[in-house]
Amino acid sequence: MAERPRETDVLVIGGGPAGLAAAAQAAEAGARVVLVDRNRRLGGILNQCIHDGFGLHTFGEVLSGPEFADHYVRRVLEAGVRIYTDTIVAGMEGGGEVVLSSAGSRYPLHARSTVLAMGCRERTRGMIRIPGTRPAGIYTAGTAQWLTNMANIRVGDRVVILGSGDIGLIMARRLTLEGAEVAAVLELLPYPSGLPRNITQCLDDYDIPLYLSHSVVEIHGRGRLERVTVSLFDDNRRPIPGTEFDIPCDTLLLSVGLIPENELSRRAGVVIDPVTFGPRVDERYMTSVEGVFAAGNVLHIHDIADWAAKEGERAGRFAADYALQGGRRLSGDRISVEVGDGIRYVVPQSIDRSAREVLLSFRVRDPAEDREVNVVAGGEVIMKRRFRRVHPATMIQLPLRADLQGDLDRLEVLLA
Amino acid sequence: MTKKQITCILCPNGCVLDVSYTGEPREGAISVEGNLCPRGVGYAIEELTSPKRTLTTSVLVKGGTEPLVSVRTASPIPRSMIMEVRGILRGVVVQAPVSIGDLIAHDIGGTGVDVIATRSVGRL
Repeated sequence: MAERPRETDVLVIGGGPAGLAAAAQAAEAGARVVLVDRNRRLGGILNQCIHDGFGLHTFGEVLSGPEFADHYVRRVLEAGVRIYTDTIVAGMEGGGEVVLSSAGSRYPLHARSTVLAMGCRERTRGMIRIPGTRPAGIYTAGTAQWLTNMANIRVGDRVVILGSGDIGLIMARRLTLEGAEVAAVLELLPYPSGLPRNITQCLDDYDIPLYLSHSVVEIHGRGRLERVTVSLFDDNRRPIPGTEFDIPCDTLLLSVGLIPENELSRRAGVVIDPVTFGPRVDERYMTSVEGVFAAGNVLHIHDIADWAAKEGERAGRFAADYALQGGRRLSGDRISVEVGDGIRYVVPQSIDRSAREVLLSFRVRDPAEDREVNVVAGGEVIMKRRFRRVHPATMIQLPLRADLQGDLDRLEVLLA
Repeated sequence: MTKKQITCILCPNGCVLDVSYTGEPREGAISVEGNLCPRGVGYAIEELTSPKRTLTTSVLVKGGTEPLVSVRTASPIPRSMIMEVRGILRGVVVQAPVSIGDLIAHDIGGTGVDVIATRSVGRL
């Protein structure tokens, strides 16, 4: 701690997949990089994701979460990134003045550019308002994952999982392998929200029933959870009276969505998008605050860590360019990126007219087959791509190849 | 002619494969459509003839900075062997330190596949 730097080119906040990749890429581009993480061990959520499926796109091999993290940890070490674990950012102001805090001490740091990579948090029972008692035995899926995989604590014997997000599906298999009985996975929507492959390998392989258009309407139990009342829901997400039934269980896992973790960003004055709950960014992943970039789940929720890491690499390179070129501005002439029919969100929300490379990341609103994604500008389709299937659970990325010169001031992404 | 849809689990694309075959499924006589990459064909044939999965779990560590070390089979094993192999690993205890990639069990359950550590755990 004694030789903590007072200044750096790039500060990366968070040592999960996006932050590790951002730090490595920025250092490899020649920037001095400081990486801070609040935990003792780098890797973020990857440490508890002991299942496989990571790294296929990046390394061409199938790895578990800790192995995937290890690739990037070795890369940041080789690149000479200065790493401070057990360290939080206690304060942050626009312009790169940051206060780090560790073991009760505070350290000021000036960073020419910053990459926000704080990841996300899970939605909780309070956020989805399930009526009933407040017994023990109700966990978010990620907490149950930490207890099971890191702390060696058994969460329960008979489990109901609310929500078909990927962490819930992964935990259905994990708890089955640990000897628990998973009685049901419930999904409010008429389609699963996790990846199709996880339905196959986590539920179907173990004969775990998936109830679509179902959710919990009441929780029962005094000291410990005893049972949940479940109901069929209509298309307007309202329970249908008379369809209720009880499932006895001692454990309820909630896998009901992830929210980008932007407390720090907000304090720094970063403008947050009302749909993604992440910062609004340009094509370099720069937020509304000059020199502050964002990548990974803090920006928008990703399906897989490979994409979060890839986004981190791009943001890390842009953050290094920004720091090393003395904060050179682009043209400053922005084209706004609008969300059209059938699309839920698009990142980035704006593009500089002088941009040479733009990667659009977006999600559709509803599942559909044989649809075409169009990018429309000035009433003309400037780019289109056909998809056999589109699904809200699957993020789509499209490199934008178009001439942005001229008097264009907005683009629209839509599903035709 | 038997027609089925199976979801490829090799990558997050999760291609829905339309497979068809006559009689018993066997290699060379299964038609596969809907795969975005060539590996989907191999997956569909294997899934219909002898499905395999990678098992990921954890085993106990003695004297380590953490109570568990995460492990996986070095390659996929027959799906029908998953619970049996899990049972064998439940009885395995390793001594810290463990390094990522260390051999945890050789030829687990007679599958011909090794089990390796997927993280490092230091000595307490």
